[in-house]
Amino acid sequence: MTSDTGVESSVAATSAGAAQRRMSTGRAGDKIFANGALGSGVLLLAIMAAIAVFLIWKAIPALQANEANFVTDQEWNPNAAPPTFGIAQLAFGTVISSFLALIMATPVAIGIALFITYYAPKRLASGLGYIVDLLAAVPSIVYGLWGLTFLVTKMDDVAVFLNDYFGWIPLFGGDSVGGRSIFTASVVLAIMILPIISSISREVFAQVPTANIEAALALGATRWEMIRMAVLPFGRSGMISASMLGLGRALGETIAVAMVLSTAAGISIHVLKDGGNTIAGNIANSFAEASETGRGALIASGLVLFLITLIVNMGARAIVARRKEFV
Amino acid sequence: MSAKTAPGPAPSLLGSISPGRKIKDKVVQGLVYLAFVIAMIPLVSVLWMVITRGVARLDMTFFTKSMNGVAGRDAGGGAYHAIIGTLEQVAISTVIAVPLAILTAIYLVEYGRDKRLARVISFFVDVMTGIPSIVAGLFILALWLLTFGFSFSGFAGSLALTILMLPTVVRATEEMLKLVPNDLREASYALGVPRWRTVCFVVLPTAFTGIVTGVMLAVARVMGETAPLLLTIFVTKAINNNPFEGPQGALPTFIWDQASDPNTNAIDRAWTGALTLIAIIMLLNLAARMITRRRKIASR
Repeated sequence: MTSDTGVESSVAATSAGAAQRRMSTGRAGDKIFANGALGSGVLLLAIMAAIAVFLIWKAIPALQANEANFVTDQEWNPNAAPPTFGIAQLAFGTVISSFLALIMATPVAIGIALFITYYAPKRLASGLGYIVDLLAAVPSIVYGLWGLTFLVTKMDDVAVFLNDYFGWIPLFGGDSVGGRSIFTASVVLAIMILPIISSISREVFAQVPTANIEAALALGATRWEMIRMAVLPFGRSGMISASMLGLGRALGETIAVAMVLSTAAGISIHVLKDGGNTIAGNIANSFAEASETGRGALIASGLVLFLITLIVNMGARAIVARRKEFV
Repeated sequence: MSAKTAPGPAPSLLGSISPGRKIKDKVVQGLVYLAFVIAMIPLVSVLWMVITRGVARLDMTFFTKSMNGVAGRDAGGGAYHAIIGTLEQVAISTVIAVPLAILTAIYLVEYGRDKRLARVISFFVDVMTGIPSIVAGLFILALWLLTFGFSFSGFAGSLALTILMLPTVVRATEEMLKLVPNDLREASYALGVPRWRTVCFVVLPTAFTGIVTGVMLAVARVMGETAPLLLTIFVTKAINNNPFEGPQGALPTFIWDQASDPNTNAIDRAWTGALTLIAIIMLLNLAARMITRRRKIASR
């Protein structure tokens, strides 16, 4: 790999004179090819940079026209005569729905990963893994349609139940609870991020040294004790980064959330109430009627979403990278 | 792994496991099984609903007619325009994204090993994987439509899908290229073959099936993307065969459009659209699986 090909081909060239010509074309081809490969790599970086630059550039005029405080204002009226819009409510909805989804999805996803790696019959394991991955293959629009026509009606009862018995918890409090709430949206999100968390956890569990597992078993540990002592400590950072990648996915999810939520204004901690909104859902729902300032405002909100997901994803990747150095 | 076989306790010599530990073990086992069952509920429910409700409009009209002049409450109407749009847009983005992604992966694996630039690119490929699809749509909106002044078109949608496809294909190709044994490369160099020919005629063919699998999975993934398309192709009910001019339909936006209409006829069309979309995506997934499987058997 590290050897210079030119030297090698010159050895070949001494035996056959005709190869002399081919060698020179090889060199030109090498240069073109290497530069092409380098060029597309650099282009990828350029695209990443361009995403940030163009979003900022197109957001600035709308932000300048904004009469309200972009960070703290809760209303989203960029199409009004003096445009007023703020990200507060949208950002709140995005973060709380994603966190709820994360809390619901992570234990289940890790359970699935443990099931497939350590509990399921070995012959079935890869097939079961494929079935879980199928959850990821279902497009978000289909989850949205399913959520809107099926889950919302079921969640109506669940919301009333939670409100009746756990209403003393502020999160589940409030009156007039319903199915088209932030809570329902986070259930859909939890389903959507299950496969990514479980597949990354599975990869991590597969890397647990067999020696550790066998040592635990040899000491007389039960299967659960083996998992607690050998598998979970080894996989901790991997599981954290897996759930952070899931969080990143949940933050940016658009269509399913936009279809499930019935949008209402105002920040509310009562997640069972109909309404609420997220950044991505708001973009999908209000793009069609947006004026020029409205589009700029939506781009500005997209920029905020981009930054949030960027931070979450880079954090997750950093954890993965640090772990790689240790192992 | 020996972990798969339950540890057989040896009660005669070492004393049996205390009931508390045994119960704990069984409880965790129950929870782990339960987790799997919980995950199966939505999958089964979604697939069941898509199939049973999608069958209602699974007729020839659906695949041969557009929604032109069909109101939400009318029966009839179809998704021909949307299917055409989806196929064209995904094809264009594949044509753009795949060569770029494969070249990038070749740089990362063959040329850039241990170079700082390669590490930076590799990091940002990972970050790019996490870009929300709606942000990709907003970027194309800001760049292609607002800055360059082009109007809504299928091609703009393809550009947005390209951004979503690139990192997935780079990652898949990279993994496959890393699996190619170094002996093959060195044997080729020893025969005096230049590096680029080695890559093109030795390394790539060896990794070919794996790359094809990665591409198919990426295609399946972007095919179901709705959010970026809403911002770039806009919505039309008429057939538009030209992806480079004028708004175009797409299956996901078709479902979105029909589902937002409260009439039963529209909702039925949305479900059939969902069935069509899922069928295409599952077929791609299955085909990718089969290719990987065949390769594994062949390499044994």
